Amino acid sequence: MRHIAAAAVLALAVAAPAQANDVGEIKVAKGTVHVERDGKRLPASAGMPIRQSDTLVTGPDGSAGVTFSDNSMLSAGPNSVLVVDHYTFDSTTHAGKFDASLKKGSLAVVSGKIVKQSPGAMRVRTPAAIMGVRGTEFVVQVDEPAK
Amino acid sequence: MGALIVALIGALMIIASIERVGNELVVVLPSADGHVGMVVVERKGERAVLNQAYAASRIVDGSPPQAQQLSIADVRSEFAGALAALPERPKSFLVYFQEGTDELTAESSVEFEKILVELRERAAPDVVVIGHTDRLAADDYNDRLSLQRAQRVGQELTRLGIPPGRIQAAGRGEREPLIPTADGVAEPRNRRVEINVR
Repeated sequence: MRHIAAAAVLALAVAAPAQANDVGEIKVAKGTVHVERDGKRLPASAGMPIRQSDTLVTGPDGSAGVTFSDNSMLSAGPNSVLVVDHYTFDSTTHAGKFDASLKKGSLAVVSGKIVKQSPGAMRVRTPAAIMGVRGTEFVVQVDEPAK
Repeated sequence: MGALIVALIGALMIIASIERVGNELVVVLPSADGHVGMVVVERKGERAVLNQAYAASRIVDGSPPQAQQLSIADVRSEFAGALAALPERPKSFLVYFQEGTDELTAESSVEFEKILVELRERAAPDVVVIGHTDRLAADDYNDRLSLQRAQRVGQELTRLGIPPGRIQAAGRGEREPLIPTADGVAEPRNRRVEINVR
């Protein structure tokens, strides 16, 4: 009985085996959300793996949240462009490095095991600034420049 | 003629290099347990350290970061979309092992039922199984044993119906003891596997 129950629970989650280059996974996707990868624009939904160099793009009605392998979480509000510039994490030693960029829009950040092991090893860039993360939660907003 | 073109290109390059940045805002939030960490905001050599709840830094028309104190209400309205899209927090469960083996203690089986309940409540759940050892043996032996324990628990979760593709195993060896001990000490509470549901 419980086997069936567990299988039913996970039917939503496509059983795609985690690939070595997957660094996180979309857990929340509302409205229009895309991932730009290798020049392609892929529609995004919950359960989709995220890789280094991916760009997450949300529309005016869109928002999306990603949980990374070290339990860091990033979520983007509407009209946002978020790039995973660099991500490495060793699940045995917890050594790693995480660089992300918010080009425009809004972002919420919850740091994970990378920052716990090495404070400062996570950085978030915006067009005007660099944020060094020392174990915390924070939000960032980037308005588009006036023409 | 040539000099004019060079001058023209030079002028265009100067115009292009004038930075157009929009206004930016960074706000530090307290975590779920009330702890406030730290964010260091850097802009053109200026540094702002944010380490108080709802402490904010604004960059207006390319200015250096300007300190500001916001309220919970400001943040909730300004960042409603992003905050609502934060994934549910990962949740941890612990199961324990008999000394030097990958056999679970009898009590640990009960914990599996709770894990299945947690999985049912999430939209796209995945599981990270993290093995730990006590400090009884050598480091490399403990690295292997901890991974073996994680894989053993992974098999148990697969048997309960969780697709293997949704389970990852990791071994932390003796790096993260629950109960700190001297090296070479047996400690049953450190012989555990953490099941992280995300």
